[in-house]
Amino acid sequence: MIPAPFDYVRAGSVEDAIEALVSREDAKLLAGGHSLLPAMRLRVARPATLVDIGRLSDLSYVRADGDGVAIGALTRHHDVAASEALQEMCPIVPYAAGQIGDPQVRHLGTIGGSVAHGDPAGDMPSVLMALDATFVARGPSGERTIAADAFFTSLFQTALAPDEVLTEIRVPRAADGWAYLKFNRRAQDWALVGVAAVRSNGGARVGLTNMGLTPLRATGVEDALNGGADPATAAVRADEGTAPPSDAFGSAEYRRELVKVLVRRALEEAMA
Amino acid sequence: MATTEQYVGQPMLRKEDAPLLAGQGTFVDNQTMAGMVWMELVRPPYVHATVDAIDTSAAAAMPGVIAVLTAADLEDAFPGGLPMVWPITEDIKLPTHWPLTKDRVRFAGDAVAVVVAETRAQAADAAEVVMVEATELPIVLDLEEAAKDEVVLHEDLGTNVVVHWSHGGAGDQSVFESAPVIVQERYEQPRLIPNAIEGRGCLAYGIPAAGEYTLISATQIPHILRVGLSLATGIPQAKLRVIAPDVGGAFGSKLNVYAEEALALALARHLRRPVKWIEDRGENYVATTHGRGVLHDCTLAGTEDGKILGMKFVELADMGAYFQLLTPGIPELGGWVYMGPYAPDAYWYEFRGIMTNATPTDAYRGAGRPEATYVVERLVDAFARRIGKDPAEVRRMNLHPPFTEATASIMGLQVDSGDYEPAFDRALEMADYSQMRKEQAARRESGDVKQIGIGLSSYIEMCGLAPSNILGALRYVAGGWDAAEIECRPFGQIVVRTGTSPHGQGQETAWSQIVADGLGVSPDDVEVLHGDTSVTRLGMDTYGSRSVSVGGEALRRAVEKVKEKARTIAAHELEVAEDDLEWSDGAYRVKGVPDKARTIPDLATSAWTAHALPEGVEPALEGTAVFDPPNFTWPAGTHVCIVEVDTETGKTDILRYVAVDDCGTVINPMIVDGQVHGGIAQGIAEALYEEALYDEHGNLTTSSMTQYLIPSAMEIPRMELDRTETPSTTNGLGVKGIGEAGTIASPPAVVNAVVDAVSHLGVTEVGKPASPERVWRAIQDARGGDA
Amino acid sequence: MTAISVTVNGVRHEADVEPRTLLVYFLREHLGLTGTNVGCDTSSCGSCTIHVDGESVKSCTMLAVQADGRDLATIEGMAGEDGTMHPLQDAFHRNHGLQCGYCTPGMIMAAASYLQEHPSPTEEEVRESLEGNLCRCTGYQNIVQSIMDAAGQMSGASA
Repeated sequence: MIPAPFDYVRAGSVEDAIEALVSREDAKLLAGGHSLLPAMRLRVARPATLVDIGRLSDLSYVRADGDGVAIGALTRHHDVAASEALQEMCPIVPYAAGQIGDPQVRHLGTIGGSVAHGDPAGDMPSVLMALDATFVARGPSGERTIAADAFFTSLFQTALAPDEVLTEIRVPRAADGWAYLKFNRRAQDWALVGVAAVRSNGGARVGLTNMGLTPLRATGVEDALNGGADPATAAVRADEGTAPPSDAFGSAEYRRELVKVLVRRALEEAMA
Repeated sequence: MATTEQYVGQPMLRKEDAPLLAGQGTFVDNQTMAGMVWMELVRPPYVHATVDAIDTSAAAAMPGVIAVLTAADLEDAFPGGLPMVWPITEDIKLPTHWPLTKDRVRFAGDAVAVVVAETRAQAADAAEVVMVEATELPIVLDLEEAAKDEVVLHEDLGTNVVVHWSHGGAGDQSVFESAPVIVQERYEQPRLIPNAIEGRGCLAYGIPAAGEYTLISATQIPHILRVGLSLATGIPQAKLRVIAPDVGGAFGSKLNVYAEEALALALARHLRRPVKWIEDRGENYVATTHGRGVLHDCTLAGTEDGKILGMKFVELADMGAYFQLLTPGIPELGGWVYMGPYAPDAYWYEFRGIMTNATPTDAYRGAGRPEATYVVERLVDAFARRIGKDPAEVRRMNLHPPFTEATASIMGLQVDSGDYEPAFDRALEMADYSQMRKEQAARRESGDVKQIGIGLSSYIEMCGLAPSNILGALRYVAGGWDAAEIECRPFGQIVVRTGTSPHGQGQETAWSQIVADGLGVSPDDVEVLHGDTSVTRLGMDTYGSRSVSVGGEALRRAVEKVKEKARTIAAHELEVAEDDLEWSDGAYRVKGVPDKARTIPDLATSAWTAHALPEGVEPALEGTAVFDPPNFTWPAGTHVCIVEVDTETGKTDILRYVAVDDCGTVINPMIVDGQVHGGIAQGIAEALYEEALYDEHGNLTTSSMTQYLIPSAMEIPRMELDRTETPSTTNGLGVKGIGEAGTIASPPAVVNAVVDAVSHLGVTEVGKPASPERVWRAIQDARGGDA
Repeated sequence: MTAISVTVNGVRHEADVEPRTLLVYFLREHLGLTGTNVGCDTSSCGSCTIHVDGESVKSCTMLAVQADGRDLATIEGMAGEDGTMHPLQDAFHRNHGLQCGYCTPGMIMAAASYLQEHPSPTEEEVRESLEGNLCRCTGYQNIVQSIMDAAGQMSGASA
């Protein structure tokens, strides 16, 4: 299928992009295009204008940032996966980036694109939740930061305003114990369920992929760990507060049980 | 160049490869013509509805639009509906199937209008704004529900149960009541979407003033398609040429006469411009035929010590919303292999074909035989479990004894030859069966989360479609022969025209090997032409693993005809009697004086110059043979699959896959192995990944390759292959066919392995595909049962 | 219409395209480079894989306007100027790594990109590198073998 017609604007700067978002009706940002273009080909998405930010190379970087790492929003999954800085400081991020899609997808898709798309089945959002990452957005009235817990608001919805551009993702150092378990039927698929676990202060932070309308934190598990429970005991609470979908890959009931197994295994790996 | 090298049996590299590797394939979407316009179909808003009104005005006003047409506008374009050529019973009920539906839609692909525009994007844009007013009707997808006729698809037929075919049974049927052990199982096999990586597509053009038309189509059956499209459009066969260019896989899904092909031709005639249509993948999922979709009630009668006394199968088969070319005949094709490679004393098979609000089913790699083999081999495992015996032991003790001449089988047909035990033993040996059983026991003992399962599948299949007299008796309207023409050009080149229509199977290579050996030339000097009704007059195309056993044998016979004529000319030139000549080292040689010789290239040149031919001999050295097989061919074999199942998540990994097949004589082992690899991969896909799923409105939820799980190189394991060779007695080559064996054998091997891995937990059935959730659920259910 | 300029297999092309033109259709229909095939609508099958600035991408999931100024390579550019096959093409031929040939250009382009970064992969790594390319004919066995063979040839040649 061929997308429905649209106007095309190429942004030369973040300010250009914001200006286009402000001045045009129904404008959408185009980064790597790997969430948007498939939807446009099926004509389930038909924006009036695409604002191409793919050439803003100043938003493609990975650099040390205090006791963490700052990742430019337009850094491709391939470059995130290969980043030595991330492998040293926050290895769950490059590992999870390498699990996204397939090599071709990772050569075009960007970390900012997959985050801003707000797909609960994406790998990176739940990892960033588990990391308590911070998102930097720029809009007509300047720059602001958004905490991961506040970023994902509903299905394909984020805290980004329609005229804001996600510019950076900041993750803390977290190299001491981690696991990302992506359960899928085929390597190229979205996660049927994914679990990100990052060790912290004797406990762990746990992010869940595809267990609700947004990426989620497994707060019941985290509470149990903080209360001194062992991973196997804590994992039993993995489905608390979740609302997983039923689809061609698996039922909600199955996902609720599967997530418990995966959380237990992820915790055992992260806390070993 | 004359040569004496032996090519048949060698892994000769393919002649087909170079253009495909260079990106120079002739796939239909790569072809374009001056003045060409694009066709787009308007698919219906509901799966089942009456069509109340169609407003085409907005679409007609869109940029680039040339025509927007409905069935009413094309009333005169189609003297007949789309053909179905296998009315398998006298009382079969035949729904009418028009290229565009008239006042009712019955499945998601049932097009209501067609748009033609200057570009593909314009056609797609306009198709979106064709307004279809329709009243949604209740749908029926479940076979047993549909059989109740509460929702009837074709009111003029009065029922959804459009055909009932019974084999009639053989042997003493009382064993199904009286045998010491009676095993009864129900197995469901979901619909599958064939997914050739190239979708369908066609380009129709013509010389309207002359009434002559050509259709280039992604088809595996150019010859049959020409007949079918002539009937559908009224274009005389003599004025209709069908070309199958390079075709990007088919697996049965391009073995048809489709609405879009008829429409493209009719529109090329109507608009007097070349008309092209290329299928989207989403469209492919609803408009191209599906496979499988069957439900079997199975009974095995046996003894406590493992002897199989009788096998009985009663099937419901999903026909979909209309009959496509062969739809009702597909289950019947399986109806001759429900005894497997065994020798039961009693046999019963019958099926009912049911109409549902889904895409018509038709041939999909194996066509009837995978469905049959799946239930037979699942049932044998269930029998072994029941009597507490090793499934390998049960199989071995029931294998049919070897035979080298055609022998009557319990199901009523003659089997050409068979020797099943060597392949069975070899497969178990390669898989290290007894060692694996020990490892399985150790894992069970230790209570490991990951458990090992070993699955077997022994099969027999029916290939080489088909003896025309049997086809006639089975009410198929065409024959099962095929043809080959050999034209020996002067100075050494040989042109072969084959009636088969390869699309990945490597026949240009294999046919060159056969001719090279037969005529004492190099395969490089043999050019094989196919896939164009103007180039190859006679043919019945490629499907059902028939090409080498029917088309290849026709070629062998054409070789003999060429040699017969060549011998006459050679004798004349060498001034000896024909009896004084012998064929040796690639030439006719005078007995005892081997240097006095004539090669085929020599004789072809003589026959072409015709300067001094013997009296009564016509110029040109050529031979044509049409071969009608006296019997089917019956490949067989045993596959072993070893899996590891995660008992907490239900996920299955295949650790090893071993296949030992017997396809008779092998022309090119490299190509045979490739066919087996691909067939097994498709069977593994069927066993673990693929199924068409629908929502409550009848919409396909597995509507793209993101939800319909075609496995990749990560999911398909390395396969370990071997062969036994029991030559067929049906043809002079001794070949049996290999295109479908992998797909027929592998699904039960894999699912048996999955069940075996968790059977110690009390699981007796998982279902297909054995998805993680199905496995997990089976374990939960079994544990619940224990509690 | 938007003006773009791309280099494809070393040849520079300038064109005006509708923004919605997918890169694969620009290659196939504007430039006549029909070696790159389309097999799905959803970025799943990988038949349309080409190189953009030396890396594999799915050209059905990229707009032609996004390729403006980029250096592209397609299957048509893989053979040498004298027609000598690329080691991957040659290895696919020698190992029967193709049947119908429809997915083949995408497989070769995906593998070429991968081998540039990973010249000596294991069989498992090769399989992983092909997770975005579907084949319905070969069961992948001979494709994997072809790529392993080519990797050996290429690293041998460069050593």
